[in-house]
Amino acid sequence: MIEIRNLTKTFAGADGNIEALKDVSLTINDGDIFGIIGMSGAGKSTLVRCINMLERPSSGSVIIDGTDIGLLSPQELRALRRSITMIFQGIDLLMQRTCLKNVCFPLELTGMKKQEAEKRALELLDTVGLKDKALAYPAQLSGGQQQRVAIARALATEPKILLCDEATSALDPQTTQSILDLIRDINERLGITVIMITHQMSVVESICNSVAILDNGSVVEEGLVSEVFSHPKSDAARRLVFPEGESTDLAFDDENSHIVRVVFNGAKATNTPLITQMALDIGIAANIAYASTRCIGNGVFGTMLLSISGGAEKVGQVIDYLQGTEDVFAEEVDLNV
Amino acid sequence: MFDKLFSSEVLAEALDIIMTEFPLAVWETLYVTVLSTFFAIVIGLPLGILLVVGEENGILPLPKGLMRILNIVINLLRSVPFLILMILVFPLTRLIIGTVVGTAATIIPLVIASFPFIARLAESSLREIDPNIIEASLSMGATPFQIITKVMIPESVPSLISNATIAITTILGYSAMSGIIGGGGLGKIAINYGYYRYKYLVMFIAVILLILLVQLFQTIGTRLAVRLDRRQKNKKSPE
Repeated sequence: MIEIRNLTKTFAGADGNIEALKDVSLTINDGDIFGIIGMSGAGKSTLVRCINMLERPSSGSVIIDGTDIGLLSPQELRALRRSITMIFQGIDLLMQRTCLKNVCFPLELTGMKKQEAEKRALELLDTVGLKDKALAYPAQLSGGQQQRVAIARALATEPKILLCDEATSALDPQTTQSILDLIRDINERLGITVIMITHQMSVVESICNSVAILDNGSVVEEGLVSEVFSHPKSDAARRLVFPEGESTDLAFDDENSHIVRVVFNGAKATNTPLITQMALDIGIAANIAYASTRCIGNGVFGTMLLSISGGAEKVGQVIDYLQGTEDVFAEEVDLNV
Repeated sequence: MFDKLFSSEVLAEALDIIMTEFPLAVWETLYVTVLSTFFAIVIGLPLGILLVVGEENGILPLPKGLMRILNIVINLLRSVPFLILMILVFPLTRLIIGTVVGTAATIIPLVIASFPFIARLAESSLREIDPNIIEASLSMGATPFQIITKVMIPESVPSLISNATIAITTILGYSAMSGIIGGGGLGKIAINYGYYRYKYLVMFIAVILLILLVQLFQTIGTRLAVRLDRRQKNKKSPE
């Protein structure tokens, strides 16, 4: 279990101090995929770097399985870092080493024998589906493949916690999905606690079970993903749920209408008009209040807000219908908080 | 000045000098240059590393005063003209080599003149490394020493080799200059025959040989740097 208690971090800036984190407290349970979402500059990266002490908090503590890691000696901290590994947004592979040697790197640091390390590295490359690229150099791989190698490397020391700092932000939607699937698979099979730092709703929705919304250095909302996103209470949460700003600006039929948020995660809906088809199939007409979708490859990615008049029963039908479509996620959003 | 450059007796005389003195001179120039570069790297590379890791935000911050002294010493040595430096270090040269003239004796001033230069070149190579890579290594529990030996140096090998090539060609130039005050090699021949005895043809040939040596070092260095760089996309993987 990771307990973050009253964490603050202040940087000395050119014009006064900048408070990157303000009294942040969070509890992350073992085996969670915990999302930390926020706009850039919200303090996400600083927060995640405090979890392995790459960044020393100004005050407050990070307690992992009962140990206050701020009190560890440099040696103890280095040992701890083998059980809390990290993957980053940018390329952080060693460019002059083959993929195999990159995965061997953290094992080399522990003094493991070369043959043993290479054997383990090869198994890990197999896990991420890149066994055949073992002798290739990172520059010869695509961005998604490089991130897979980074994941294999992060798993080499059999960590308990995997920190992902915008690990998919530089990738296209399809590659993002495959990397997210891999992370979920690792979480399920190995029981590794995953902390996902991201600014993308889609990332949190597709794999996280819990989420904390960070805004301007403070946690403004925290809880299960389904609860936080269906009842956005804070401004920051509403900005994430209603991408174009305030929900009141959107065109809704009347005050009794219900809002359903539909998320497309690569759904093969390009050839079938989903909303029209829904009207035909179950006889409920939905007003599209907001839509921002893109077709990439064969899939649709993006978000749509539907306004539906009528009772809760109808809304339930709509959600059931939409959830029945592959790679589409739908939930009711509470507007009147 | 150059009117009798190609008369038959001049040619014969030059040929004689070339046959008798040039093989040794080329050898002297080569070994002085290579040995001086080697020792200058032995001293300069660790200093270059210290300049990077010892910074306030580096992986092994050193006391600010120490860093300031290091920087001042390097800048000071770099600003003394080589010939003056050579004279200034005569006592040290005599102490180590036993004499201040001759080929071996020029190695001392060459090393002293070039290690600060090499430290700066190494510093600039090491600064090219993406800070994310250093951060990632820290997040994997690497010690500062492991980061230096397993990340910083191997990752900057292509750049370090390019800069070592710049260093060796510069040192070759300095070694030729040392011919003025007692150094051996092609520089001595060029000065003794060309400047003191007006045998310009000999001087030109010595200079051409120096140019060829520079070309040789530069070609080897560039090829090596390119071959050892794994960052190119279209390069085939070794299978």
